[in-house]
Amino acid sequence: MNCEEASVLMHALIDGELDAGHAREVEAHIAGCPDCTARLREFNELRQAMTPTSLRYTAPASLRTRIEGKLPAPRSVPSRRAVLGGFAAGAGATAIAASGLLLLMMRGDEQRRILDEVVSAHLRSLQAQHLIDVASSDQHTVKPWFNGRLDAAPPVADLTAQGFTLLGGRLDYIDAKPVAAIVYRRRAHIINLFCAPAPGSGHRGATMESLHGFNVRRWSENGLNLWAVSDIEADELQDFGEKFEAALKQ
Amino acid sequence: MAASEAGIAMMAGGVELSGDAAERFKALALPHLDDVYTLARYLMRSASDADDAVQECYLRAFRHFGTFRGGPIKPWLFAILRNACHAAYAGNARLVFTADEESEAKPVWREDGDTPEQVMLRRQDSEAMRRLIGELPAEFREVIVLREINDLSYRDIATVIEAPIGTVMSRLARARGLLREAWIAAEGGGRSP
Repeated sequence: MNCEEASVLMHALIDGELDAGHAREVEAHIAGCPDCTARLREFNELRQAMTPTSLRYTAPASLRTRIEGKLPAPRSVPSRRAVLGGFAAGAGATAIAASGLLLLMMRGDEQRRILDEVVSAHLRSLQAQHLIDVASSDQHTVKPWFNGRLDAAPPVADLTAQGFTLLGGRLDYIDAKPVAAIVYRRRAHIINLFCAPAPGSGHRGATMESLHGFNVRRWSENGLNLWAVSDIEADELQDFGEKFEAALKQ
Repeated sequence: MAASEAGIAMMAGGVELSGDAAERFKALALPHLDDVYTLARYLMRSASDADDAVQECYLRAFRHFGTFRGGPIKPWLFAILRNACHAAYAGNARLVFTADEESEAKPVWREDGDTPEQVMLRRQDSEAMRRLIGELPAEFREVIVLREINDLSYRDIATVIEAPIGTVMSRLARARGLLREAWIAAEGGGRSP
């Protein structure tokens, strides 16, 4: 491999787009070539200067409203729940089997949408200079702040000793409903913990998902749905969730 | 059953998109509004042109929702946005960028011990970087925005810009090269580590 080839392929290397064999070839060339080594370092520096969150824009609310206003409104009947209700009420094995399949498909869809919203809310909180409404590292200040703003005050745990600094809380919206966002920091990384009331939901074990480079740990407890979102590694976020759950049990 | 018929019509690329389809479209496409808007802001001359292009993109996307074949919807939306931007500027060879005065989309928390001064510096940094990206020629600007800001894979970028993956790679290499030169020039050579 010569420098000309390497100067193009190193970008695919940076972006993780090369298979193992080609990656090794490019790395071998760079390792033996001071010019290419310097170039690669410069590109990595450049990329570090380009933090995606600071380069993004947030769409004005008026634009969202304008677009929604131009799309057809739903008919009165077909909310998803109503559709499923219709299926469930319909007799016959086929209808029941079909509804099961549909339920599965729609649930996936719905969860995916909520996941999207949770990650979007996390991103917004980093961009819009609106990370916290109540800034305090004291759980006894953060928790009562939500009184009167939400039907139920969210659980707030002080995890400073475990390496997760409580920064405060914020009112946010997921799925068009107000939710509590408890904000923690791990080193330079922000963790948003969204708590949405889900009356009647019992305990549901944690699942980890990842979207747009963010990790999301989701679980349900005591009539609450919880999502922890951050760009920290999955195992660290898992650790955060476990510590949070443990702190509430004490 | 009405609902399942609507579903089938939609999957088959049905002509008539109903309110149900609109709901599905909104659920899939609207969460990406900020991403689509970001690309539009880099491709268009002004914030209001970007607004118009994004609106046009969503209306077109909805009209052609029947042709969406599943998978991630973002590249599909980006491709439509790109066409909408090109249509808006048909006749003007080059899409340019002007940074405007509004200050928005700034990160608040980055590192431990941020002072307001550091926050201000960083804001200026990101303003400067936006401007440098905005000054790249359009074909390089779009690959930078798709790759660095929207984190698209080469394959997805290839879909959006309707070019082979090899072109994506070489264009991105060239784009980063240009941006690197501009960045070094802007920092006056005295870049901090």
